[in-house]
Amino acid sequence: MSKQKNMTGQIATLKKVMHYLKHYIPILILSVVLATVTVALTLYFPILTGRAIDLILDKGNVDFPGILAIAKEGVIVIGITAAAQWIMNMCNNRMTYNIVRDIRRDAFERIEHLPLSYIDSHSHGDMVSRIIADVDTFADGLLMGFTQLFTGLATIIGTLLFMLFVNVKITVVVVLLTPISLFVAGFIAKKTYSMFQLQTQTRGEQTALIEEMVGNQKVVQAFCHEKEALGQFADVNDRLQKYSLRATFFSSLVNPSTRFVNSLVYAAVGITGALAVILTGGAFSVGNLSCFLSYANQYTKPFNEISGVVTELQNALACAARFFELIEAKEEEPDAADAYQLEQADGTVDIDHVYFSYVPEQKLIEDFNLHVQPGQRIAIVGPTGCGKTTLINLLMRFYDADSGHIQVSGHDVMHMTRHSLRKNYGMVLQETWLKKGTIRENICMGKPDATEEEMIAAAKASHAHSFIRRLSKGYDTEITEDGGNLSQGQKQLLCITRVMLCLPPMLILDEATSSIDTRTEIRIQKAFLTMMKGRTSFIVAHRLSTIREADSILVMKDGKIIEQGNHDTLLAQNGFYATLYNSQFDQG
Amino acid sequence: MIQANKYKGKGIMRKLLIYLNEYRKECILAPLFKLLEASFELIVPLVVAAIIDHGIAASNKSYIFKMGGVMVLLALIGLACSITAQYFAAKAAVGFSTKVRYALFSHIQKLSFSEMDTIGTSTLITRMTSDINQTQSGVNMVLRLFLRSPFIVFGAMIMAFTVDVKAALIFVVTIPLLSVVVFSVMLVSIPLFKKVQRGLDEVLGHTRENLDGARVIRAFNKQEEETKDFNESNAYLTKIQMLVGRISTLMNPLTYVIINFAIIAVIWVGGRQVDIGRISQGEVIALVNYMSQILVELVKLANLIITINKAIACGNRIQEVLETVPTITDSVTETKKSASGELEVEFSHVSMKYAGNAQDSLTDINLKVKKGQTIGIIGGTGSGKSSVVNLIPRFYDVSQGSIKVAGTDVREYPLADLRQRIGVVMQKAVLFQGTIAQNLRWGNPDATEEQLWHAIEVAQAADVVKGKEGGLDYVIEQGGRNLSGGQKQRLTIARAVVKDPEILILDDSASALDFATDARLRAALRNLQGNKTIFIVSQRTSSIQFADQILVMDDGQAVGLGTHEELLENCEIYREIYESQFKKEDLRKNGGAGNV
Repeated sequence: MSKQKNMTGQIATLKKVMHYLKHYIPILILSVVLATVTVALTLYFPILTGRAIDLILDKGNVDFPGILAIAKEGVIVIGITAAAQWIMNMCNNRMTYNIVRDIRRDAFERIEHLPLSYIDSHSHGDMVSRIIADVDTFADGLLMGFTQLFTGLATIIGTLLFMLFVNVKITVVVVLLTPISLFVAGFIAKKTYSMFQLQTQTRGEQTALIEEMVGNQKVVQAFCHEKEALGQFADVNDRLQKYSLRATFFSSLVNPSTRFVNSLVYAAVGITGALAVILTGGAFSVGNLSCFLSYANQYTKPFNEISGVVTELQNALACAARFFELIEAKEEEPDAADAYQLEQADGTVDIDHVYFSYVPEQKLIEDFNLHVQPGQRIAIVGPTGCGKTTLINLLMRFYDADSGHIQVSGHDVMHMTRHSLRKNYGMVLQETWLKKGTIRENICMGKPDATEEEMIAAAKASHAHSFIRRLSKGYDTEITEDGGNLSQGQKQLLCITRVMLCLPPMLILDEATSSIDTRTEIRIQKAFLTMMKGRTSFIVAHRLSTIREADSILVMKDGKIIEQGNHDTLLAQNGFYATLYNSQFDQG
Repeated sequence: MIQANKYKGKGIMRKLLIYLNEYRKECILAPLFKLLEASFELIVPLVVAAIIDHGIAASNKSYIFKMGGVMVLLALIGLACSITAQYFAAKAAVGFSTKVRYALFSHIQKLSFSEMDTIGTSTLITRMTSDINQTQSGVNMVLRLFLRSPFIVFGAMIMAFTVDVKAALIFVVTIPLLSVVVFSVMLVSIPLFKKVQRGLDEVLGHTRENLDGARVIRAFNKQEEETKDFNESNAYLTKIQMLVGRISTLMNPLTYVIINFAIIAVIWVGGRQVDIGRISQGEVIALVNYMSQILVELVKLANLIITINKAIACGNRIQEVLETVPTITDSVTETKKSASGELEVEFSHVSMKYAGNAQDSLTDINLKVKKGQTIGIIGGTGSGKSSVVNLIPRFYDVSQGSIKVAGTDVREYPLADLRQRIGVVMQKAVLFQGTIAQNLRWGNPDATEEQLWHAIEVAQAADVVKGKEGGLDYVIEQGGRNLSGGQKQRLTIARAVVKDPEILILDDSASALDFATDARLRAALRNLQGNKTIFIVSQRTSSIQFADQILVMDDGQAVGLGTHEELLENCEIYREIYESQFKKEDLRKNGGAGNV
């Protein structure tokens, strides 16, 4: 059952691969034609040598003009074969790498248009490995399939045809013997499968242990736990040795065994061929025998290769299924064709009866209402993990509300292009994200045509100018991946500068909790204040001063908005906010 | 990957090869049996020649059957030899990798924190897993093929000489020609493979960046530009891949041309020799067969060399780790006794520098801690708070000055003795696969269940453990996936308490706890038996304000030391931090140190 399911799955994947192949059909046809030519000529060459050998009988009995004629033909055949083979390989390369490029391009484009919910709920490492490692394995398999599968099959069929043409009986002997090779290989593969499984399983167990103990080596050392860890490791390691030895040894039997079967075929051809020469009285010549012997070699080889290619192709298909899963993930709903273009928001935000949850079973935001006048400050307060980012997700339309309406400047955000909505928000998150590139590129992200003066003015306003100036190359300093060469505070200042340069009418700010040193924090605070002047702002707040000066405070807990009001009214309510507020002064 | 430059590949994994010593017998026997097999393979063309020259020429059927029997026998012996060789090779290769893995694991366990910081754990894990696997298959292949292929190539040539010297001269020309083609294709393409790898890395970097930064990229409406950038590096990758492809596709046609031209030459020269009666028709066929054998083996050899190259690269990466010397090791085998006095921990003029940093991370720190005191350490990120406490269990060594624990310099303790006295709860809460009880017993394998529960109560984790099915026997998954951050944090605190250390260090390890739980935790810690010395590192003044001494760190320097009240009086930075968390009027309301 499951095997059948597997098969249909593979066929479905294959169809999708075909879709990519479609654009390269002329090259594919050329490649197949060239492969046929190559195989036919490769098989023809032993006939030529056979004929030449027949011209070499014994002392004084050699037909040199005949050999010369054959040699001339041989040179032409070799030339054409080599050229055909070369062009065929080039075609295969071109097809494979272009297909791979197309797949990567599509996969990446999909990532850019996936709903945030997909990106949030899937491991990034896994997605990256689908686009990189899986596509790579697929490319290898595909290339091998192109170059070896078809030529292998053609060689087998071609050899059989040529052999039949020359001598039927010997061909029958060869055909009868070959299944042994397949049988032996199949038998060994089946036997080794369970051993490989044991090896894989133990390897997995060991990797998990390594990840734990090496990944957290500092804890291991702090508890002087090295000996125990090593003991545990040695145990798995010894088991792995046992299973590995079995798996490695038994799987390495395939080659000698098939080679043995090949030798048997070779011997059989030798005997029957030699007998045929005697019995037919030379009608089947020594040259024919030599030709058959080289066929016997050529004919068995593709069998071994094809079994390798098939595994490789199955592997490739399994990988293909993984990246197609990504390519086919549902895109976020595109903007409607007549979606409204929000030019310059006036700063009013109206949230009416909004319901939202990430998973239907777990209700989060229910019947949420909030009306923000232009220039107002809204503080969002609550313990860590209370779901403050949910609100940001809804405002920015990273996620869409399940029901209810959010209006900006009197227009429903659902009927607005995401592009124009997001353009009106400036966002500074606590988890700073910077692009690999120069500081300048990062700052000018939202306004690529900004002048030098504008950029420096923004950096000055956000108190980032002084530290940037001190960097070795100033604004042209390269930021390594994820800003490894900057401190957390500096990164945050850059993110603020980035927004400062565009200064959209509405802001979403995430106050730092504690990861930043006091001085920088004061600077960031000042930068925030400059930015907020006259702008509607939503602040995930940790500082009492920010909270107290907010026009409205949203208190969140466990993903829900449980209280709403300003500082005094909330304190008067004596609810969660009051507890939260007072707990800071609990002396324990 | 910054550290990659630090070690320049030295030699060819020489240090690793000692792990093959124990398998010397296998390392000799495996290639030997392979050579035997190859020798039998080399005899086959001669047998065929005999069939043609004697069997067919004399119409001797029984001779043909006899020779056919010889061929089957040769194949059988070949099979037996080959299986024996495979066994020895597998045994040596697997045994080798097992030993290397063990050695590497135990070496990594010895590395000090600063080596772990520079090398990074993710690359260590790759080295322990895929690199070792690659080396294993490299060793296996070398034992099986490295001697066999050249042996067949040269063997075929020598056999050709035994048949006819003139014809054999064609072999002498062909073999170097083929080798030049095969190896120059390889030489040109291997560096290009590295370029392909870099191209892949670029594409990978782009993808990763766009996943991690999805929010910001969308907020700035940058999707289209990012796609354009990605397509550029993608196209570059394709270009390089095609270039490599174009070069390696040359190999097959070129070798085909050479070998078949050589066959034509062999037939021509062979014909001449037959004409003058030097050799027979069957021997010409044997010469042709030898020529075909050479090509097969040369291609195998080329593939083998690629595998070996990879294996050596991996082997060198493993060797680099093995060559990394732990900076912190036992300098004494027994603790030197000295007058312990009443000071439990003493820092005098301590400076410290992280490996690879130009500047000191700590400068001139002085601190005297009496037994039973609680010390609070506060300051911003990067101010050096954690560095201070990391020096006590010698996770790092001082660059200047000294630290004494119970009157003895920390460097004069055996590491295990020193660390046994100290319980550390690190910033990142880490638990291991296993039951809660197993995890808690890390610091004290003999702890009774009662002791475990006591520690759990102290760490405010009773509700966590009781809430789990099976309580203490609840199985924690790898990385503690089935626990929340706060739960993990409390259990790591309990783990340190079970150890019952004299010095307990909490390195910002209550950050996920709410204020009330944090306060209860501190109260419980104070009531612990045995007059423990406690260090609390925190960003929150509320966590440390009742400590006996508070050390205020800023930019690697101690800018204040004293009680909460004293510091509010005379330490501006402490006041700044405090005020940013508490407002003046709230202080008054709470009767705190009023006048600021």
